[in-house]
Amino acid sequence: MVEMTYREALRQALADAMTENPDIILLGEEVGRYGGAYGVTRDLIKEFGAHRVIDTPISEAAIVGAAVGAAMTGLRPVAELMYVDFIGMTMDQLANQAAKIRYMFGGQIGVPMVLRTQGGTGRSAGAQHSQSLEAYVMHTPGLRLAMPATVADAYHLLRQAMTCPDPVVFIEHKALYTMKEDVDLAAEPLPWGKAAVRRAGDDLVIVTYSRQVHHAMAAAATLAAQGIEATVIDLRTLNPLDFDTIRPFVERAGRAMVVSEGVMTAGVGAELSARITEECFDFLHDPVVRVAGEDIPISVSPALEAGSVPGPALIAETALRMLA
Amino acid sequence: MTPPFPTGSNSDLGRLYRTMRRVRSFEERVGELFVRGQSAGSMLHLSIGEESAAVGVCAAMKPQDTFTTHHRGHGIFLARGADPNRMMAEIGGKEAGYCHGKGGSMHIADMGLGHLGANAIVGGGIPAVVGAGLSARHKGNGAVSVAFFGDGATGQGILYESMNMAALWKLPVLFCCINNQYGMGTRIDNATANTALHERALAFGLAAETVDGLDVEAVAEAARRLVDGARAGRPAFLAVDCYRFFGHARKDKSPYRDPAEEDEGRMKDPVAHARARLIDTGMTAAALDAMDGEIDAEMDATIDFTIAQTEPPLASMFRDVYAPTEPEPEPVRARIARVLART
Ligand SMILES: Cc1ncc(C[n+]2csc(CCOP(=O)(O)OP(=O)(O)O)c2C)c(N)n1
Ligand SMILES: [Mg+2]
Repeated sequence: MVEMTYREALRQALADAMTENPDIILLGEEVGRYGGAYGVTRDLIKEFGAHRVIDTPISEAAIVGAAVGAAMTGLRPVAELMYVDFIGMTMDQLANQAAKIRYMFGGQIGVPMVLRTQGGTGRSAGAQHSQSLEAYVMHTPGLRLAMPATVADAYHLLRQAMTCPDPVVFIEHKALYTMKEDVDLAAEPLPWGKAAVRRAGDDLVIVTYSRQVHHAMAAAATLAAQGIEATVIDLRTLNPLDFDTIRPFVERAGRAMVVSEGVMTAGVGAELSARITEECFDFLHDPVVRVAGEDIPISVSPALEAGSVPGPALIAETALRMLA
Repeated sequence: MTPPFPTGSNSDLGRLYRTMRRVRSFEERVGELFVRGQSAGSMLHLSIGEESAAVGVCAAMKPQDTFTTHHRGHGIFLARGADPNRMMAEIGGKEAGYCHGKGGSMHIADMGLGHLGANAIVGGGIPAVVGAGLSARHKGNGAVSVAFFGDGATGQGILYESMNMAALWKLPVLFCCINNQYGMGTRIDNATANTALHERALAFGLAAETVDGLDVEAVAEAARRLVDGARAGRPAFLAVDCYRFFGHARKDKSPYRDPAEEDEGRMKDPVAHARARLIDTGMTAAALDAMDGEIDAEMDATIDFTIAQTEPPLASMFRDVYAPTEPEPEPVRARIARVLART
């Protein structure tokens, strides 16, 4: 076991994969000399050279488009989008090109690329640097979507993403980079596409991902002190979505809450809630409850920012209401 | 008090110096607000070293003109006549700020002063001036719209789409590129093959120049020429060459820059240059010191003002998502309570 941060685990995943596969290249703004806006690619340019760790102009659409072309011609590009908030600028290349090329061209070729980015609140970064936009990606058939919550998953999911035959959007959480964990990177990871049961309990099921896994675990600890046992499921990947892991827990508990930092309306929680309702209807005592970000932009004011997204208190409070 | 709109008639060197000095002093206080833990976050981009661009171009603008800025826009807004207290309060995320603490440093705006908004998306504010140009033409109000952006934004395709439209439709628009040689840690020659940025604008049929930002009078002169031309239907591009004195944002210490390069870059100081010129023309150092002291005292007060202000009330987060006549979004808590009350 070694102690490392989420940031270090991501870096390690990139370094290990680049050592194994000479066709992996990194490209993005500030990924080289600067080492990445959040430090994930620090010094990789020294290890692998400027022809594999490529600093680009501030041209998001062309960065993603170039990754598409590189992936179609034999490289394994890992592009970095500094903030998920800039995904709009890349959306044509991502949604109309990367996502559809295999299908439109009748299966002739895939686009094995990874788009690494980060999202979420926690740094008073304001309305255009704090969003959780995973629903944009999840709404696009053809794109895979991974969102690691733990240090071990930061490593393993990124390694797995770099072997995926299809385009993967990999969204890190900016508030997790300094989180530390003891990890054994040699241990066999969960397979790609499998959700993790972080905690099991029979009273209710909390389905979540990314940073909210930690908030859900904190809430579950509070609830346990009051005699309520919650299951916490960390989805790890939103596409593929592992419903098989969710189903038996919901059938047993009869109550489910879905938690996401992104806004509630038409968000990931809406999809999860619909799936659970459709597939576990006969087992449910209550409607599936969505705990999510408010349907508003994120303010720079730290007070308003914190108030805009769920935390352990709202999750615990909601669970108590459900079980009242 | 500086008049709210430092228009052409005020563009003598003394006034240009005074406004640049106010910008510098304000920016230094923004840094201090951060150090004192009173800023909303650390994404604070100081325009120290770039004062001549803000001040020279704003001096060429008229009251009816509009503009957008990039993320390093404090100086531009101040040069346009912003209230430094309300600016600092916004940077502190306080209710008394220009945007009630919702926007912060990177999203400050004031329609009263024609500020259509600062932007945290590189290039995000550029196309709005094309629309403002269409408005001005439609309404015949003689307004020019200026897009301020950094050299890094020349990597964005939207700049070229916007320049083409402005040229095609002969709109009253100025594209002002503040070329401080860096986009974050990337020096311009690592991001751009042809660093003569105005040549791109020439290719689109715009009037285009590059001016040395060391000399605020030269910037003001070039800006007057191009803004007047834009008003007459000749859209233009002005690159102001300068140097980003400090890190990209408040925490960045620029480890990627050679200290010798930084020393040389900081010699290109438009404030010191204007001061030396004023002394050459007969102003005494004592008179300038007195002016500086007054400015520093005014800017010191912005910190005390900001610290004394309140946070926006929590319920205000639901305000202004839609027009005030529309219902506010329902809070998540309320929705959950409503759903569970039925079961
Ligand atoms: C679309 C987009 N891409 C990347 C960023 C991250 N970013 C913020 S400022 C910046 C550098 C901008 O450089 P420049 O335009 O020269 O402005 P300067 O900071 O030098 O004033 C970058 C890459 C962003 N905010 N928006
Ligand atoms: Mg720059």
